[in-house]
Amino acid sequence: MGEFCIQCNHVTLSYENRVVVSDLSFTVEQGDYLCIIGENGTGKSTLMKGLLGLKKPAAGSIVLGDSIRRSQIGYVPQQTPVQRDFPASVREVVLSGCLNSRGFLPGYGAKEKALAEEKMALLGLLDLQKKSFRELSGGQQQRVLLARSLCAARQLILLDEPTAGLDPLVTEEFYHLLLDLNQELKITVVMVSHAIEEALGHADHILYLSQNSYFYGTTQEYQNSDIGERFLHRCKKER
Amino acid sequence: MAAYFCEMLSYPFMVRALIVGTLVSLCAALLGVSLVLKRYSMIGDGLSHVGFGALAVASALQMAPLALAVPVVILAAFFLLRLNESGRLRGDAATAVFSTGALAVGIMVGSVTTGMNSDLNSYLFGSILAVSKTDVAIGVGLSLAVLILYLFFYEKLFAVTFDETFARATGMKVELYHTLLASLTAIVVVLGMRMMGALLISSLMVFPALCAMRLFRSYRSVMIGAVVFSLLGFLVGIGISFWFGTPAGASIVVVELSVFVLCLFFTWGRGK
Repeated sequence: MGEFCIQCNHVTLSYENRVVVSDLSFTVEQGDYLCIIGENGTGKSTLMKGLLGLKKPAAGSIVLGDSIRRSQIGYVPQQTPVQRDFPASVREVVLSGCLNSRGFLPGYGAKEKALAEEKMALLGLLDLQKKSFRELSGGQQQRVLLARSLCAARQLILLDEPTAGLDPLVTEEFYHLLLDLNQELKITVVMVSHAIEEALGHADHILYLSQNSYFYGTTQEYQNSDIGERFLHRCKKER
Repeated sequence: MAAYFCEMLSYPFMVRALIVGTLVSLCAALLGVSLVLKRYSMIGDGLSHVGFGALAVASALQMAPLALAVPVVILAAFFLLRLNESGRLRGDAATAVFSTGALAVGIMVGSVTTGMNSDLNSYLFGSILAVSKTDVAIGVGLSLAVLILYLFFYEKLFAVTFDETFARATGMKVELYHTLLASLTAIVVVLGMRMMGALLISSLMVFPALCAMRLFRSYRSVMIGAVVFSLLGFLVGIGISFWFGTPAGASIVVVELSVFVLCLFFTWGRGK
């Protein structure tokens, strides 16, 4: 492949006037499956906002590859309480991912409807499409949000702790699903993750953030590094 | 029943009230769903108090009431949203400050210039007699504008309400749609408050939305449901008001409250 998707050059990001990420540099290549891990308060979600273009870096730059447009990044959020009791059908939610290709025109065209059908079929949601979003299980809700993000994205999806609050089995399933999308459709996946084991089991690259340093490399490199061993050891002890 | 209905329509003021009221209830129901889901319900209430202040000042200055109230309330909606988003003053506190402040200014201006006359009284509690011929023209024009704008941006407003961050990440101008929502709300509040009263207009938005959200599952059906509940509440309420001589606003709210209680009753045990 060779072409990059996202390039961070000496990026510094702050959150409420406090620097949380400083001098961070890494490059995500097309087709990568990257998990961003680390303790709470190390700026993972802030970095995600930066990658989405919702937050300007205080220093350095975040550059997207030539073939990717800002509006064509898929995003799967942490769930908000507003969404949990939102009266909307699965179909309506997935369709709303197509809005970025619709411009100012009202309604959805045949093209958008076909796209939504395709993504729902891909993620096995066709049977659920008339169901209400709030009646689904947590895992199903995340699959719906994933389908929506695939409607918006061609090549790259960003996920912010999508499995928070889900049980381990469903979490494992979700990571596996992402791996399938990554390998079969060549979609680049960048995910902030709390589920360390699943992240190591599926991702090919790891970005580890800690208070004052970071590590970026392949999963293998990370597991063999000092910084990685220490963190993983600590995680195991806590369990 | 038919004879009764004909009698109601034989009064020109009733016809005017029905025309404006139907359109305003329609708009209020649509906007209400967005407001409730966005947790903006109190903004409607706050705006109605600002509207009262503006109407009191307009009548003191002998100006056309709507000509002053519509722009002032849109401006207030703008400020309330900004305050809500900047987080300097907590959203609900900001709304409370705004609404009671404007209410107090309205009462002061009113009592100094004209005294608390029936005009101001009708702004607070509403009156179907308050709808004049020019009000009908302005009311019909503005509510049609609200309706068309809302339906034109229906999908976008859905996306912004469901998931602001996603909408922003995919390049939507979220602030623009928030402003649109607030401005449309401001217009509907001002149009509705002559009939419903400043103290009661926000219920026209909130009750139908809450009822529909309990009963329906998709966004579209919630929308349609809210419109049906709203029109039903309005027509039955105004019928009661005409028959028993009760104030229109309160009658409509009482009908909607009863419908809401019925909805709660029927969906009991279904969780949501």
